[in-house]
Amino acid sequence: MVGIAAWGAYAPRLRLSRRAVVEANAWVAPNLRSKGKGERSMANWDEDALTMAVEAARDALGTADDRSQIDALYFASTTAPFADRLNAGIVSAALTLEKSISASDVTGSQRCGLTALGQALAAVQGGVARAALVTAGEHRRTRAASALELDCGDGAAAFVVTADAGAAELLGRGSVTDDFVDHFRGNDGGFDYAWEERWIRDEGIVKLVPPAVKRALEAAGVAASDVAHFCFPSTFAGMAATLAKGLGIRPEAVRDNLAAVMGEAGCAHGPILLAHALEQAQAGEIIVVAQFGQGAEALVFRATGQGTRPARGVSGSLADRQEETNYMKFLTFNGLVEWDKGMRAEKDNKTALTTLYRNEDMILGLVGGRCRETGVVQFPRTRISVAPNNPAVDTQEPYRFAERRASVLSYSADYLTFSMAPPNHYGMIVFEGGGRIMMDITDVSPGDVDTGLPVKMVFRIKDVDEKRGFVRYFWKAAPDRSAQAAQTAVAAE
Amino acid sequence: MAKGIRDKVAILGMGCSKFGERWDAGPDDLMVEAYIEAMSDAGIEPSQLDAAWFSTHVDEMGTGKGGTPMSIALRLPNIAVTRVENFCASGSEAFRGAVYAVASGAADIAIALGVEKLKDTGYGGLPVANPGTLTPQVMPNGSAPGNFAQLASAYRAKHGVSKDDLKRAIAHVSVKSHANGAKNSKAHLQKPITVDQVLNAPMIAEPLGLFDCCGVSDGAACAIVTTPEIARAMGKKNLTMVKALQLSVSNGYESQYNGWDGSHFHTARIAAGKAYREAGIERPREQISMIEVHDCFSITELVTMEDLFISPEGQGWRDVMDGFYDADGGVPCQIDGGLKCFGHPIGASGLRMLYEMYLQLQGRAGPRQLKDPVFGMTHNLGGAPASNVCSVAIIGQEGA
Repeated sequence: MVGIAAWGAYAPRLRLSRRAVVEANAWVAPNLRSKGKGERSMANWDEDALTMAVEAARDALGTADDRSQIDALYFASTTAPFADRLNAGIVSAALTLEKSISASDVTGSQRCGLTALGQALAAVQGGVARAALVTAGEHRRTRAASALELDCGDGAAAFVVTADAGAAELLGRGSVTDDFVDHFRGNDGGFDYAWEERWIRDEGIVKLVPPAVKRALEAAGVAASDVAHFCFPSTFAGMAATLAKGLGIRPEAVRDNLAAVMGEAGCAHGPILLAHALEQAQAGEIIVVAQFGQGAEALVFRATGQGTRPARGVSGSLADRQEETNYMKFLTFNGLVEWDKGMRAEKDNKTALTTLYRNEDMILGLVGGRCRETGVVQFPRTRISVAPNNPAVDTQEPYRFAERRASVLSYSADYLTFSMAPPNHYGMIVFEGGGRIMMDITDVSPGDVDTGLPVKMVFRIKDVDEKRGFVRYFWKAAPDRSAQAAQTAVAAE
Repeated sequence: MAKGIRDKVAILGMGCSKFGERWDAGPDDLMVEAYIEAMSDAGIEPSQLDAAWFSTHVDEMGTGKGGTPMSIALRLPNIAVTRVENFCASGSEAFRGAVYAVASGAADIAIALGVEKLKDTGYGGLPVANPGTLTPQVMPNGSAPGNFAQLASAYRAKHGVSKDDLKRAIAHVSVKSHANGAKNSKAHLQKPITVDQVLNAPMIAEPLGLFDCCGVSDGAACAIVTTPEIARAMGKKNLTMVKALQLSVSNGYESQYNGWDGSHFHTARIAAGKAYREAGIERPREQISMIEVHDCFSITELVTMEDLFISPEGQGWRDVMDGFYDADGGVPCQIDGGLKCFGHPIGASGLRMLYEMYLQLQGRAGPRQLKDPVFGMTHNLGGAPASNVCSVAIIGQEGA
């Protein structure tokens, strides 16, 4: 037996109003006016496929420091930051997983999120791994005034796969591989080049997806009519319903593809729809998830009603939103505008790889130290303890800060320094249980921050070295809006 | 406990260039300007100099590293030149080096000179610093105002002061310094301003607006020190004596331990306490005649009034509003305009502060002259509230 023990999801807080987009582009693309409904999730400037995947994985893993049960990691994305550097290695370091795990990047097609999940299930089923973490994130770069710009969203989902049924037991899987090029993106890091939609729909999706689903259902021994949740992401309206009809899946089983509220998050979208189904499925219900891409991948699960429910999940991600109506901001965040960053942005962001590796757990894992003798917690970990009355030497044990609750001690909103989203908020963050870090505060607007604001840690892009194509990651503080709400409620009483 | 520096060293002469946007002058020119004034004031020849201390902070521009820039600019007679750097407190460090050399007997006459050429960056504010390889991977992409502005949020939270009250108090700090700077022909900024101007200025780093930030200036300042015996033998009278020189440096307590509340300078309190003991001062609020503090930002000056134990904790903002630190107040502060208006050429600033205290003690401060000052104190800070170096120096009348 093999199944999904836990799942998690993430969507960036910003939701770009499609109406704002189509109105800005109406002069050049009046045909897109009809798409000006609802909103799409929009990564902040400091988020990418990898940071979102880390957040989804944290949601799936929970807040326990001990993650030593995970022995395999799969990171899926077609928009990973590095072409040659194990992106999953960065995810692993951020999550402070064990060094002994196996880790791989799964990429190359929009179906790679489900491919990664399938590989993890196979690895656990085959006894190669005991607990595999799968996380898929996508941040697609789209041309201004394109339909894809409106259709896409940014997001991530993650699963922990174990040999127990957990939340959902795997019943069957099916694949089709065929070099049907509906769209492609070359190695130049540019944009998608897509063929005619009618051909993609009629010759591609309609012919290549059903065989994969049928194979999966046959392997599961489940009749199509027994499927309770059919998850199929597509930017074509009614595509999932059309497939369901052809497959004999009941129309009411076709799940909302979240186009209206977040858009399609590429290879992460199948996983996101699956996570959403897990949040809503009753015990015993059959879930089918499939995604198209040079063929298709299909998986069949039976929900158990058990397993670990995530703190946020898809529902929580969708609920935590802030409307963004500034299309220019979207273009700027996505590198589609050559804007005047000022001379302060000219500083060289070359990263000393030696320094990065020497401080890997500090920088990527937000690991500090705890003195064995005094219990004093500090960041960073140092040979001599910071405790003023007991500067003990070599007594520091690794101490993880990423999942600790924290609050703002002091802050400023800085208009002078360079920021992709000025003013740059940063301040001294103090942690429950001790320790403090001067750090960036993200996902805030002027007026949001003051001393005492509860914050949580989020894994984000620190800087981008455009000259060398290197992305620096570190942790930032973001408002802990649930803790904030609880605080307000207490104050009201 | 060490005996300290009190009354062992006298200031023989000082000089200071005009501060400001010195488009006309390179660092060499600025150095020469301060040096010639100081040498003339001291009445000595270059051959009488035994050793030199040279302070600059920003070596990405201006003079570059090492002791040679000073030696070459001033054509020093191949004496020792030690370049010192300790953030914005570098000037005080040059002075400390020269004073200690004289006190030790290793030098009869020593010179300290600080210079900074900041206005070759092409943009406003301080140059973007090069913080090494680890810091930029973790520290926020911040600025000096953004770091110091944080004092305000923590101070408000600790003392229950409203945003509006604190904003008005720090506005008063700047209005006072502009009023003083208007009487100083060497100052970078010489125009008086109003509270409304401060309150309505563009925001730089919340809650600091444009007028809450000091000038970014070019300039140089210089001190020549010797023993009281040599000074007297040269015919000098009414000597200005070094009474205390203290430096306290953060060790991570503020930034990494769980004690500091973010509203004050841990190091300033330590340095001030030691300086008062070294100088034999027990009641600073009554005994200190005047102070030059490191008012890089208005909020820094406000909390410093408490850190120097002149205002009671949590009451500094009220003293400021009451005019206690104005030119006609109990302890005049920034009588020369301070960093705010005299300007802040980093490596020179500590020496510039001493220059004003020296002029006042010598009765040569012209339109700014205070009545019969006895002790002048300088507070020269470098770094940021959470991690800094803080220098406190006291100079005073002979016999005080």
